[in-house]
Order: sequence, then C-alpha cells, then structure tokens
Amino acid sequence: MRTHRWLMLLMLVVAALALAACGDDDEDEGGSGGTTTEETASSGIQKDDANASTSITVGSKNFTEQKVLGEIYAQALAAAGYKVDTQLNLGDEKTALKAIEGGDIDAYPEYTGTALLSFFGAKADALPKDPQQAYEQAKEGFAEKNLTAFPPTPFTSSNEVAVTKETADKYGLTKISDLAKVDDKLTLYGSPECRQRLDCLLGLEQVYGLKFKKFTSVDIALRHEVLTKGQADVSIVFTTDPQIKREGEVLLEDDKGMFPPYNSTLVVRNDIAEKGGAELEDVVTKVNEGLTDEAMQELNARVDLDKKTPEQVAGEYLSETGLVQ
Amino acid sequence: MFQLAQLQIRKDPTESCEADNGFCPDWIADNFDRYVDPFFQHLYLTVIAMAVGFVISFALAIVAYRRRWLINPVTQVTGILYTVPSVAAFFLLLPITGRGNTTALIALVAYVLLIIFRNILTGLDNVPEETKDAGRGMGLTDRQLLWRVELPLALPEIMAGLRIAATTTVGLATLAFFAGAGGLGEQIFADITFKSNVIVAGGLAVLLAAVLDGLILLVQRLITPWTRAVAAR
Amino acid sequence: MDPGGGGTVSTWIAALGQFGDAIDFIFDERESPAGGAQVGGLAETWELMWQHLKLSGVSIAIACGISVPLGLWLGHIGKGGFLAINASNVGRAVPSLALIAFFVAYIGVGFTNLMLALVLLAIPPILTNAYTGVRQVDRDTVDAARGMGMTGAQIVRRVELPLALPLIFGGIRISAVNVVATATIAPLAGVITLGDPIINVNTYGDEGRLAAAIVVALLAVVTEVSLGAVQRAVTPRGLKLERREATT
Repeated sequence: MRTHRWLMLLMLVVAALALAACGDDDEDEGGSGGTTTEETASSGIQKDDANASTSITVGSKNFTEQKVLGEIYAQALAAAGYKVDTQLNLGDEKTALKAIEGGDIDAYPEYTGTALLSFFGAKADALPKDPQQAYEQAKEGFAEKNLTAFPPTPFTSSNEVAVTKETADKYGLTKISDLAKVDDKLTLYGSPECRQRLDCLLGLEQVYGLKFKKFTSVDIALRHEVLTKGQADVSIVFTTDPQIKREGEVLLEDDKGMFPPYNSTLVVRNDIAEKGGAELEDVVTKVNEGLTDEAMQELNARVDLDKKTPEQVAGEYLSETGLVQ
Repeated sequence: MFQLAQLQIRKDPTESCEADNGFCPDWIADNFDRYVDPFFQHLYLTVIAMAVGFVISFALAIVAYRRRWLINPVTQVTGILYTVPSVAAFFLLLPITGRGNTTALIALVAYVLLIIFRNILTGLDNVPEETKDAGRGMGLTDRQLLWRVELPLALPEIMAGLRIAATTTVGLATLAFFAGAGGLGEQIFADITFKSNVIVAGGLAVLLAAVLDGLILLVQRLITPWTRAVAAR
Repeated sequence: MDPGGGGTVSTWIAALGQFGDAIDFIFDERESPAGGAQVGGLAETWELMWQHLKLSGVSIAIACGISVPLGLWLGHIGKGGFLAINASNVGRAVPSLALIAFFVAYIGVGFTNLMLALVLLAIPPILTNAYTGVRQVDRDTVDAARGMGMTGAQIVRRVELPLALPLIFGGIRISAVNVVATATIAPLAGVITLGDPIINVNTYGDEGRLAAAIVVALLAVVTEVSLGAVQRAVTPRGLKLERREATT
C-alpha cells in the first residue's frame, strides 16, 4: 500500500540522517578543537550488542533545548546499542509526564525545578536553592511515580523574566520587584501553560504581587519574537537562550527567589532503568558531563541561530566531545 | 577514565543571515533537502485526495444526472462537508480515525466533493439539447449518449472543476500536519518566524498548486482538441 | 490500528463518549489538565467565539470595503478583467497558513498584522465576483439607463450594483467561510480565537479541543447558511439560481 511505502521511505531517510549525524565530521567551523587523541582508542560510548534487546522510546517537550537533549540521549543510547525510538516535541511538562506514565515514552529530560513546582506541589516559599538538594527532592517525587531520575546535568536552564534594553532603561528595571511600580502599564507574553505555573505568571502574581496590564499567551517558540518586535513589554525566556545575548535583552534579577534550580535530569521508567542497568546509567553520566551552561547555550544557538536541526546538532555534540565516533 | 573533548563554543553573537531570521539563499541551498520529503508527502496527499474525491463525485454525478431529485440532497451534504473548516474536520475525525494520513485524506476528500460534483453536473447540463437530439436520432442509447457525447462535451467544465479542486486541496493539505500527516505545513510551522523557511515551504506549496493547475489544463487541451482556448478560467 | 470487526464498534462507542465529553466542556467549567486555572464553560466558550467573530468580521468588512468598490468600478469601465478574474486563481493557490506565516515572519504577531493577512485572503473572491457581477449585467439595460440620462456613478449605483448583488454576496459568502476557517489558526500569530483549544490542547484538554472543533464547524456552517439566505434575499426573482455561482 502507498502508505507503507512512504512510511518505509521516510524511515530510511531518518535512519540515513541518524547514521550521517553519528558518523560525519563537521565541515564548517574549520577548527580542530574536536577530539583528543591522547586518551582513548575507544570512543566514549561503547556499543554493546547485548543492549539491542532493550528498546527505549525517548521523548521531549516542545522547545529547542528539549528537542536537542532528547536527540542527544536518543543518539547516545543508540550508539550504545539500545534499540531507540523518538517521540520528541510532545508538548508541555504535564503532557510529557502523562506520556511517560502511560508508557508512550520510556524516558525524557525534565528539569528539577519544573518537576518540583508542576508535579510535586512544592510551595513557592519552600523551594530548595541548592541544585543538588532540588535534584534529591525531585528524585524522591519521581520515585513515587515509579520513575527513575538520573543524576542531573551541570547546566541549569531557568525560566527568567526578560525585557528589552529600552524598556529596562525607560523604567529603571534591574530586579523583578522593580516591575511592581509599572506593572499596570506592561503586557506580559508567555506560553499557554504560563498562567498556571508557579514559576511563571502565577508565581509572579503570588510571590511578587504583580498585576500586569495584560497577559497574552503565545507559542513558546515566539518568546523572543514578541519582545523584539515590540508586541510584548515583558516576556518569559530561558537562561540558556542564545537570543538573549544576541538581541541584548535584559534579564531581571530574581530577588525574591521565585525560580528554583533547573538542572536537567533524564527521567526513565523504572522497568527500563532496571533493564538498562549500570550501562544505561553510564551512558547518561557520560553525556551529562559535557552539558555545561556554555555547551547548552552553544547547542541552542546552533538550532535557533544557525537554523540546524536538533538531530544534526545532537550528532555534532556527540562527535565533537568524542562520545561517539 | 574517558575524558570528554571540548565543544566548540562561539565567541560572540556573530552576524549571520539565519540568526536574523532573514532570507538567506546560502542557507536555503544547503538545507533544501529538509523540504524534499514534506513536498512529496504534500503531493501524495493532494493526488490521492483528488483521485478518491473524483471517483466518488463522478459516481454521484452520473447517478444524480438521471435521478434529478438526488441533486439537492447531495449538494446539501457535500456543501456541509465543504463548509466545515479542515482543521475542525481533522479533530472531529480524531476520535474515530486517529492521527495520520487517513484522517487527513478523509477531510481533504470531503472538501472537494462539492466542487467536482457540481462542475460535472453543470458540464453535463450545458450540453446543447440539439446535440443530444442528434445523438438520439443517430440511434444512440442513453448510456451511449452519456459516455460518447455528453461527458466528452462536459469535459472542459469537469477539468475546470478539477483545477479548482487541485489548487484548493494543495492549500488545505498545508494544514494536514494538524492531523499528523506531515506535508509542507509542518515545515512552515516548525519555524514560523524564519523568513527563509516560510518563503521556501510556502513557495513550494504555491508552486505545487500552480504546476498541478497547469498540468490539468494541459491535459484538458490535449483531450479536447475541439474546444478553442476559452478566456477567463 | 484496529483489526476491524468488534474493534470498529468499540471505536465508535468510544468516539461517542468523547463527543459527549466535548459537549460537556462547552457548558461546564473544569480545572485545566495543566492545573491551576479553570477552563471550559459557557463564558469562556462565548469569549473565544466572540474573539473569533470579531477578527473575522473586521477582516471581511475591510475586504468588502476595498473589493466591492474596486470590482464595481473595474467592471463598469470594463478594464482590469485579467487582474480581477485571476485574483481568485492566484488567491486560491496561496495556502492560508503560508500567508499567515509570511506576515508573522515579515511583519510580526498581533491582531492588526493577522487582520491584514486575513483581509488579503478575503479580497480575491469578493473582487472577482464583484467584477463578474457587473460584467454580466445585460448591456442593453446599461445602454437604456445611459439613454435615460444617468451618469456613470448613477448607473453603477442604481443599475449595475443591484443586479450584481447576488454574485457579490456569493463572493462575500465564500470569503467569510474562508476567513472563519482561517481564524482557527490565529493563535499561531498570537491572537486567541476558538483555535486556541485546538492548538494549545495542553491547557484545555482533549475535550476542549474537540469542543472547539465542534463550535468552529458550527460557526462556519451558520456563516454559510445565513449569508446564503442573504444572497437569496437580494436575488431579483427574475434571475436564475445557476448564474450566481461564478466562482468557487
């Protein structure tokens, strides 16, 4: 049937791209900062054919960083020999949780702060400030849902309140609480789930007592567009967004400590985590090691600024760090 | 212990066409292959929808041509199918047919039924009475009259309907990604602020519509050599 | 995929259940699946529908304001036929999503920008039909009017316009349904309409999405039927019904 032929053709293309991403050296950016030759004859991630019996479906939420992380884990696990499938771009955090609890996916990268606030009902005034503490708390919460939260990444990608330089200068804004004196003049743009999140509009209203002139929900992909094109006075962005530096946006300081730490932890269903065992954990640990603040920002920039696909960029990360040859 | 190598970090925000979300011919040339599969998926959806839609409409029209009382009910039903917005249709079908090509195709087929049905009927109705009388006079049965006289003479109108159906189906197929059926719309949606992406994906859709329109017109000219090229349509 | 047989029956029953949930969504408020806010209920449904109608109505009104006079004038002087008639063909070939994406990429998000895109979408059918409507007025009637001493403007107003009204309303009808349908994807450009539960299903839930689809479908049908009634009302008894359908 035509449908099957197309499906096969599409799968072949995806497989080919995945292979290419894993194997290729990058042609642009000259530079040989690539692999160190001294250490290992082996690449970081070893393929173990025994893993082929374990199939893992990796999911992700619906913005660039998530898609890149999802691809990185998927490609790394595939390089280790696991049978990997992807279902990226699922939606917001609640959708992803529903998917993993329901078995549609087996793993996805979540943020410790998001988990605490959106899943485990942490109180805004009782949030852990220490990243490791935040991880431990999140790990406990996930364990109750039969999910294993693997050790977190070094980078933290926090929600943040951003304004343009002009707006910051005009109203003298450096901290979020500075907004209180002019909030009735400002429109806030955020993702659809922002209204309900304690680390978004709901938190701004409760913790800082802000009451904006208007809140408009807009697709998360447009969070910088609306700021630079002048539609929004204030927008909610992520600290690892490359557009912040590029557009000269000003991030307002979270003086009341509304935002918890947001390190990324790979959340995996218990049965898959057990089946994967120490090897699975090893792959994740190796991958996480290279994901510093700088690295994550760079990877995001390659997708958002250079307009590469998350798949390409994930492949570049794995090959540039030498994890996958 | 395995040591990770360093990722190549960029120094400062560099000036680049893509980072400005601009129209970048170089980027387009390098990344054109990401539009190839969506283009063919788009073509697939359009052609299948047109084919199935034509078969159904044709059957309906032939039957309704003889049993005139059917025309009104069929027009009403296909009219409603035509009016329901495709995005709404995708999600109305979702509980029954799920996500995927099938849902998209059902909605696309439903949309073209009215156009093609109406044009076939108009074409048949426009056959001059004298011609039909002449045919009957020559001893043709009703069935022979239909297939050898009326339908060939109705071809220009039928082809005109197909051309309209083709262009509108291409347009609607851009929304097929809502039903999980991919297509060029998915590419547009993937980065709606990037001018290059929007121009290429949108441009390919317009191109596809124009090419299909031209092809059908060409076929029309080829199989109806007795008609002079009429203006307008 | 269901292997059919009993599978299909249960699919249909499950589907009916989902439609029931969707209807329930329209009338009863409930907590958002994303938590923290109330969604659904008549108030919200009405608010979304109002935004949807407002966007559509303004766009169509402006499009009429541009196309009807232009089409009438071009038809009257008998020039610009190529433009007027092919406007529809070109307009049909440009997908609505591509048009909106073009405006978002080049101009930005927001009500005004989106409205401009919708106006552009709505113009071709009205323009083509206004032009064709005037062209098909019997030349003898126009000559007779001129013979009676009417000026050009008077001829347009008193002879050509009334006779072209059925076709003009046919064009408005086509455009209106198109615009109402396209307003469903308005949230992509930052304008919240009935399409919001469809595009942002996480906030409203699956029932919300289906409910919005139902309401949008009904809205489109109501628009079509009511404008169809207006079109019939303005058709002088003498004109045949078939002549109203110049373009689709």
